Amino acid sequence: MLKTFPVGGVHPPENKFSKGKKIETLPLPKTVTIPTGQHIGAPTKVVVSRGDEVKVGQLIAQAGGFVSANIHSSVSGKVKKIDEVFDSSGYRRTSIIIDVDGDEWMETIDRSDELKKDITLSKEEIVKKVSEMGIVGLGGATFPAHVKLSIPDGKKAEHLVINAVECEPYLTADHQLMMEKGEEIMVGIQVLMKATNVSKTIIGIENNKPDAIEHLTKIASNYSNIEVVALKVQYPQGGEKQLIKAVLNREVPSGGLPLDVGCVVQNVGTAFAVYEAVQKNKPLFERVVSVTGKSVKQPSNYMVRVGTSTDVLIEAAGGLPEDAGKVVSGGPMMGKALSRTDVPITKGSSGVLIFKEEESKREAINPCIRCAKCVTVCPMGLEPFLLMTVTEKQNYEKVEEERAMDCIECGSCSYTCPATRPLLDYIRLGKSEVAKIIRQRNQK
Amino acid sequence: MNDVILYTIITLGGIGAVSAVILYFVAQKFKVFEDPRIDEVEEVLPSANCGGCGYPGCRNFAEACVKTDDLGSLFCPVGGNDCMSDVASVLGQTVEAKEPQVAVLLCNGSSANRKRTSEFDSAANCTIAANTYGGDTDCTHGCLGLGECVDACGFDAMYMDEETGLPVVIEDACTACGACVEACPKDLFQLRNKGKKSKRIYVSCMNTDKGAPAKKACDVACIGCSKCFKECKFDAITMANNKAYIDYEACKLCRACVAVCPTGAIHEINFPLRKAKPAKKEGEAVAKPAPKAEPKVDLVEKAKEAAPKAEPKKEEAPKAEEKKEDNNKDKSSNEEK
Repeated sequence: MLKTFPVGGVHPPENKFSKGKKIETLPLPKTVTIPTGQHIGAPTKVVVSRGDEVKVGQLIAQAGGFVSANIHSSVSGKVKKIDEVFDSSGYRRTSIIIDVDGDEWMETIDRSDELKKDITLSKEEIVKKVSEMGIVGLGGATFPAHVKLSIPDGKKAEHLVINAVECEPYLTADHQLMMEKGEEIMVGIQVLMKATNVSKTIIGIENNKPDAIEHLTKIASNYSNIEVVALKVQYPQGGEKQLIKAVLNREVPSGGLPLDVGCVVQNVGTAFAVYEAVQKNKPLFERVVSVTGKSVKQPSNYMVRVGTSTDVLIEAAGGLPEDAGKVVSGGPMMGKALSRTDVPITKGSSGVLIFKEEESKREAINPCIRCAKCVTVCPMGLEPFLLMTVTEKQNYEKVEEERAMDCIECGSCSYTCPATRPLLDYIRLGKSEVAKIIRQRNQK
Repeated sequence: MNDVILYTIITLGGIGAVSAVILYFVAQKFKVFEDPRIDEVEEVLPSANCGGCGYPGCRNFAEACVKTDDLGSLFCPVGGNDCMSDVASVLGQTVEAKEPQVAVLLCNGSSANRKRTSEFDSAANCTIAANTYGGDTDCTHGCLGLGECVDACGFDAMYMDEETGLPVVIEDACTACGACVEACPKDLFQLRNKGKKSKRIYVSCMNTDKGAPAKKACDVACIGCSKCFKECKFDAITMANNKAYIDYEACKLCRACVAVCPTGAIHEINFPLRKAKPAKKEGEAVAKPAPKAEPKVDLVEKAKEAAPKAEPKKEEAPKAEEKKEDNNKDKSSNEEK
């Protein structure tokens, strides 16, 4: 019996159209728009000004605190302007617009393909390097990676859990990365293990990627401290709490962190980025993005420089299909619909998904029929129908009491609801109101 | 038989009498003194329990009125000056009359003025929409048109205009309780003085973007050009965040700013139609910016003509452009291959 998490979960059709497609490097765009906020945490401070010449990998915005991440130029050229530009959030945000000229990299970056296995840096130096290179969690949450690696005094991590689940339907970016960069990922894991001082790593991969499981198991046999675990396909197994429960059978307490049960979770993409940052001195300025959808002509995986317009990716994959109804940044479950397609790809963009007109429309909202399907599928054991109702009634004390803050926003409830109620939309609203109340309470 | 009735009456009567005596002494012992004026004040309040005064209900407001020495700091927006003078006479105080206020909508981005660029199909709730994205137009500051303000209004003083997609405040019904101000996630409502004969002048825009993107997103946006600021002789206008703000207390309702506004972002409400003399002035004022504005206007009108076609479906507008690019791209990618 394959391992999985025991509570809730759904299994939507996988539709991995871009599976097995080699990672292609896109030609350099003419301009890039690099938003200055691409992570969770404090905003960054821009350190270049209009007209400056920048090189690939040059620092252009500095972290504004501990929980924040540096941003580096993804191209070489001239800073055209620093302006408020629409990003994937649908709002205008401060961005640095760079006109591309050539492809001149910083001299410090090691551009060779050679695998560098020896880890020369010490534990503290690794964390510092990861922070300098602006590495964030590439699973989608974009939480600064060095924060997770800085283990507070008195806590001890026993296991490093590598999230190679890629439970979102459609997306194949991580899968393809594992197939092509397996060796590098393993070295990245060694670096992470040294930084967090753990002795054992578990890589969790869902069983719908047998080739990746086989490939990584083969490479992992060279390392005594890495184990690859095949998991039953179940969404949202990529949630860190669900993943820990699945691979180690440990439960993260409500409001707690993985570290409370002795775990550090990192995405497989992050492990690769850490390898490049620590061993090759390369900042995070490009990532793998899947462009996919039922009517997309050439579903593919691209290595994309941060700041490239989404339009460019869609064009590369054969253009916007005529029956396109919605363009989503990320996967179908947790991704965000874009209100325009000229927004830049950021560190957190794992995919560009194009829905057909007929599958993109949300159906009319019907009254709750009390079937409790949402309760059955909620991986956090919450009662989504109740949370929605009390949020509608603006009874935010009750929303907090019903543990809305535990919601991981996986969207299983909305996906499964036979009355097509917008459960997650209301739970998010409730969460943001409760967060306000908690902030006010803490201020007092 | 008679005995039974007699004994019953005597027993129950006895219990009643004893209880009455006990209750009398208990009531004396645990008496809570409540100012009788609270009831009297509550009597003259409108009993709307809307919370517009800042207290949870009319009773709490009445308590606050009785406790305070200075009624000037308290105001019931629903009852208005009449109600407050009644309260003052109950309490034997005097109160100065306040200017009556009304809620105004600071957005004029109707479907004709703002091109819709996408479609929102989730729950019809403004706060959810605002948390999700900037809005269904390129203006991220304007009205989302989902009517949370109308739901919040407890006096039926608002409705959604189907044609414009914007809420409308019914001036006579509005009590300036501030429920809509609280409800709007984009902060598009403001309580302003009703003004003499309900005449008001205000900037009906909250767009803080720079002029070019603001104008591109909405025909009637305030572009922060400062023309009204220069025109105003009474220092009633301040410029901040790429937009003008008119102080209703300093404004003398001369309408000079309305005439010079190149986008029509400044609204005049309840003014009579301009008579012959001012009409000339208006003509001049409009004529001045006109030559510069003309080509822009043409473009805008063309855009408007194109807009209704692009409106219904979200992706249609970009599609048309992308198709053209698509062909070019195909060629270039073929060349690369």
